[in-house]
Amino acid sequence: MPDKAPTRRMVAAGLAVMPFAAQAQPIASAAADVNRSRSSESFADAERALLAGRTPIAAGITLDVPKLSENGNSVDVLIRVDSAMTREDHVRAIHILSEQNPYPRVATFNLTARAGRAEVATRIRLATTQNIVVLAETSRGAVHRAEQEVIVILGACVDGG
Amino acid sequence: MRAGAALLACCWAVTALAGDVRAPRAFLSPELRTLQDDPARHPGWLWVEQGEALWRAAPPDSGKQACAGCHGDITGMSGVAARYPAVAADGALLNLELRIERCRTEQQGASAYGYESEALLSLTAAIAARSRGQPVNVRVDGPAAAKLADGRLLYSLRQGQLNLSCQQCHEENVGKRLRGDVISHGLGTGYPAYRLEWNGVGSLHRRLRACSLGVRAVQAPFGSPDYLALELFLADKARGLAVEAPGIRR
Amino acid sequence: MTDITARVTMPTSARKGEIIEIKVLARHTMDRAVDAPGLKPSPRRIIHSFRASYAGEEIFRMALSSGIASNPFISFTTVATETGVIAFEWLEDGGAVYSRAATLVVT
Ligand code: HEC
Ligand code: HEC
Repeated sequence: MPDKAPTRRMVAAGLAVMPFAAQAQPIASAAADVNRSRSSESFADAERALLAGRTPIAAGITLDVPKLSENGNSVDVLIRVDSAMTREDHVRAIHILSEQNPYPRVATFNLTARAGRAEVATRIRLATTQNIVVLAETSRGAVHRAEQEVIVILGACVDGG
Repeated sequence: MRAGAALLACCWAVTALAGDVRAPRAFLSPELRTLQDDPARHPGWLWVEQGEALWRAAPPDSGKQACAGCHGDITGMSGVAARYPAVAADGALLNLELRIERCRTEQQGASAYGYESEALLSLTAAIAARSRGQPVNVRVDGPAAAKLADGRLLYSLRQGQLNLSCQQCHEENVGKRLRGDVISHGLGTGYPAYRLEWNGVGSLHRRLRACSLGVRAVQAPFGSPDYLALELFLADKARGLAVEAPGIRR
Repeated sequence: MTDITARVTMPTSARKGEIIEIKVLARHTMDRAVDAPGLKPSPRRIIHSFRASYAGEEIFRMALSSGIASNPFISFTTVATETGVIAFEWLEDGGAVYSRAATLVVT
């Protein structure tokens, strides 16, 4: 991803450590038991819970993941949702779901109109070849859905170290 | 040999130009190549960051100087990694890791960090990053000549249950696929590198240990004379190619 | 709790109304829970949340799971509204909170 503002200096790290004014409160992470390697919630249950009875719109999301992933330890995911990102109508939440991972809820991003663009990226782990599902919820209550298969190749040298 | 042939049987030819030695980055997928060039996303830069912090910090309650105390700003390390491994005054072949360890023990009077420790990897990555883009230019004359000869010999020696030499994979099968990897010329210019398989940064010797294990050969210890000689041979082979460290690898 | 190694990449200045991209990396192994029979059990230890505020107001947050890669990378955007501090927090299992801050100058 080329930088959009190459003429300006960028800050990279070495930043001040700033205490927050308000005390941090933990964010409820979905159905995660920190002692269990596998969620009690299935992929289907997770998707159903997020949809909450709404029918998803199969449009409006660009899901950029490699069709072929070189290593399941780290798979790039870039998500863009078509939205004007106004106060009245913006993307509030973007969820990444995995069909085959031990925990189906991989990540949730919460945005506000202040984002300007509904565009987020991260890197995820994939246990095996599977479908990645993305749900995007708007402030008006609509849900968009996208899905993409990722084939995961395993490493050639397993050096155990 | 039969096992070795079977191992390579899964391979098919990609673009393989005979003769020339191409940079490791030429063998990366376009995605990894882009990532290697993007410090905002490249996780190896976290090690560079930490190495720069270590560079500035004096060893606690030793009364000794920080690396920066003697060497000044780390920018002064520009070009150093491109000259390593190198033979020290006492005749020992030192790679960058071992050179740093010497300063740590002899100049700072502290205990060695230990090969493959996070601190040593971080410092090595931070110093090597200062030579990024500069051509590899190691000395192979004088006392280094014998070490180079050792390295060359090891490179062509068949090893392990699969009875394969480095050369058979990294010269004779360059460009072919081996279980998801494209076989490169097997150079060290990207190390220390962040390997997705490791979920972190590792040294060249860690990578060499993986290759040794791959042919079911005995893995030499980190910093061993054999791996150091191989490292010098690889650096000579990479002469003129750019330092890529910290690389990103599958 | 010790600190975390983190990198934040964003512009130091922007024009009012411009959308800027913020990319963050943090050094973390993102350890999954171990509960397999025969293995020593250990709880999950990951960065479970990340959030960013701009001049005191929250602009972004993310809930992470053990399905996020080691050394988590996150990229998001915000509209440059005023000169101010953009503050970042990584919340770890066990209660530790790591923070960084950078100033954006808006012209
Ligand atoms: C007390 C002063 C001192 C301190 C402290 C010190 N060094 Fe050195 N360093 C030297 C000297 C002197 C040499 C040259 C030694 C030689 O040529 O045999 C050297 C050489 C080196 C070289 C090789 C440079 C080249 O051009 O080949 C590297 C790399 C290096 N030091 C890294 C470090 C690091 C990393 C630290 C901190 C962990 C450190 N040094 C701390 C004095 C110091
Ligand atoms: C069975 C084939 C095989 C043999 C034998 C082998 N390697 Fe490798 N080696 C690989 C593969 C596959 C990779 C990963 C893809 C690549 O970068 O070439 C690799 C990677 C490397 C790398 C890392 C290159 C990079 O840029 O990340 C180096 C260095 C290397 N090998 C050196 C050696 C040396 C030295 C020997 C002999 C001790 C050796 N290899 C033996 C298959 C082999």
